[in-house]
Amino acid sequence: MRVPALTLRALILAAFAVFFVAPIVWLILAPTKSDAALVTSSPFSFGSFGNAWRAWHHLDAFSDHIYRRWMTNSLIYSLSATAITLAVSIPAGYGLALGRFPGRKLILSVTLVVMIMPAATLVLPIFLELNALHLIGSMFSVILPFSFFPFGVYLAYIYYSTAIPSELLDAARVDGCGEWSTFRRVALPLAKPVVALVFFFSFVSNWNNFFLPYVVLADSNQYPITVGLSNLLASTPSFNPAVGGGGQSVNIFKPELALATLLAVIPVAIVFLVSQRALVRGMLGGAVKE
Amino acid sequence: MSATAANPRGARAEATRTRGLRVPRGAAFVLAYLPFLILFGVAPTIYALDLAFTDANGGWVGFHNFVRTYQDFRFLPAFKHILLYTVVWLGALMVFVVGLALLLHGRANRVSSAYRFLFYIPGALAGAAAVVIWLFMLDPTVSPASFLLHHVLGADIFAQSIAPGNLPYIFAMIAFWTGAGAWIVVMYGALNTIPPDLEEAARIDGAGAFTIAFRLKLPLMRKWIAYMLILSFATGTQLFVEPELVQHASFGLVPDTWSANQLAYQIAFRYADFNGAAAIAVDLLALGLVGALIIVTRSGLFRTEDD
Repeated sequence: MRVPALTLRALILAAFAVFFVAPIVWLILAPTKSDAALVTSSPFSFGSFGNAWRAWHHLDAFSDHIYRRWMTNSLIYSLSATAITLAVSIPAGYGLALGRFPGRKLILSVTLVVMIMPAATLVLPIFLELNALHLIGSMFSVILPFSFFPFGVYLAYIYYSTAIPSELLDAARVDGCGEWSTFRRVALPLAKPVVALVFFFSFVSNWNNFFLPYVVLADSNQYPITVGLSNLLASTPSFNPAVGGGGQSVNIFKPELALATLLAVIPVAIVFLVSQRALVRGMLGGAVKE
Repeated sequence: MSATAANPRGARAEATRTRGLRVPRGAAFVLAYLPFLILFGVAPTIYALDLAFTDANGGWVGFHNFVRTYQDFRFLPAFKHILLYTVVWLGALMVFVVGLALLLHGRANRVSSAYRFLFYIPGALAGAAAVVIWLFMLDPTVSPASFLLHHVLGADIFAQSIAPGNLPYIFAMIAFWTGAGAWIVVMYGALNTIPPDLEEAARIDGAGAFTIAFRLKLPLMRKWIAYMLILSFATGTQLFVEPELVQHASFGLVPDTWSANQLAYQIAFRYADFNGAAAIAVDLLALGLVGALIIVTRSGLFRTEDD
């Protein structure tokens, strides 16, 4: 009785492992094959590095190296917004956790509500607001809304209100530290784990955001890579036969599209792998009420 | 008053406490955050509400915009689509995330953590990248699972795979694929907070693995399951990038107003009707807010006080 139960468990787990991992393995192998070989050869076979190189040349040549620009844009948007988020939300979390001032609870409650509201809800109103401020079409129309990251404030708040004993900060004050130097000399150096967490969540959500840049940016030279991918998808005859000339003029077929997708996720994948351990610990640390 | 007067030491303590309360401490740290909270959190919400209840000239029109958009022939299908998608997705999350977490809990630790890592990997591919990958997976000519497409969806060409009737299920699967891993990690962590002696006691009392899972572990995970469902519900109703990309690749089969957010987008930018678009944004906001308020007030998962 015991053996079949164990086998069943192993089978279920293996099946789900295949479901989660097989598409990624396929994506890694696809650019090494030609468009025709993708159809005829076994889905998990390896083609050649030469093919991958050729796919990159086609992709890079698309619309005058625009793929590089999309990647650069994504890096600029995500990194600068994450930098602002860190500079703003770590002190804010600290102030909300250890400060005592009127309006503190109101700010905290509004932060919680906005944090749980899905970001997409506010995209259209934000567009209208930015339009009224004449910011549409500038890179700030992406960076500034990205910089507002209430979840980061909440993480910093939870961290300072649970992980740092207030006696420690009191001791610093007794030793003659002012508010700012207590924060700078004591609280900030202790915040490393939460800085890593906020960096991760903010960077990943900025990198993957599609709706906001899609709405506020008009010039394809300003697109981040997510919107760029959709542009590429619309330009390939593999999924869009309406593309003129059988697509020969753009040279974007399935291997090129697969390569574009693969390269587009590399920055996030790196961040994921580096922070995996800290992340799993932190996700529970911030969430479990103990 | 009389008590403090009678006890000078108490009076001094009282005075210190009052002074501590009166001086606002820490407000300066929040100052940089406030403009962002107001500009991109509070103001857009108020602006959307204002637009939703006025016309293009700013005159008050009551619920006219809501009625008008509701009567649009694309409104009900769009909301039906996102609700069906959300229900399917939440069902999958509830059954499989909880099931897999239970299966992984109580395995040898190294095997279990390897699986958790594998399940977690697709999380790096959220959004547009995940959709493009799944477009490939759904194309019978290149998909490694073409036999499944043929037998389950009856699809031999790509257009059959993404037939409109399949889309809520396909989007639910993509969302599950990218997001389930993180929730499995969370659930697994929740299971680890169950004291081992509790499980041991149940085992001594003769409970099998099944009984322990369903009678002991499941009830202790209830709060987490509710949290996962409510949070996902709010996100689910906001579907945009998935149908938008599929629409590009669908040979015109999938309308560009498939989801509610797409409809709002089209109303705003094709018809320049920002009041109508705002009304739909407010509909979605109301859906999301209801979910948010339930979490904050009911589950006790988010704390606004330090005690």
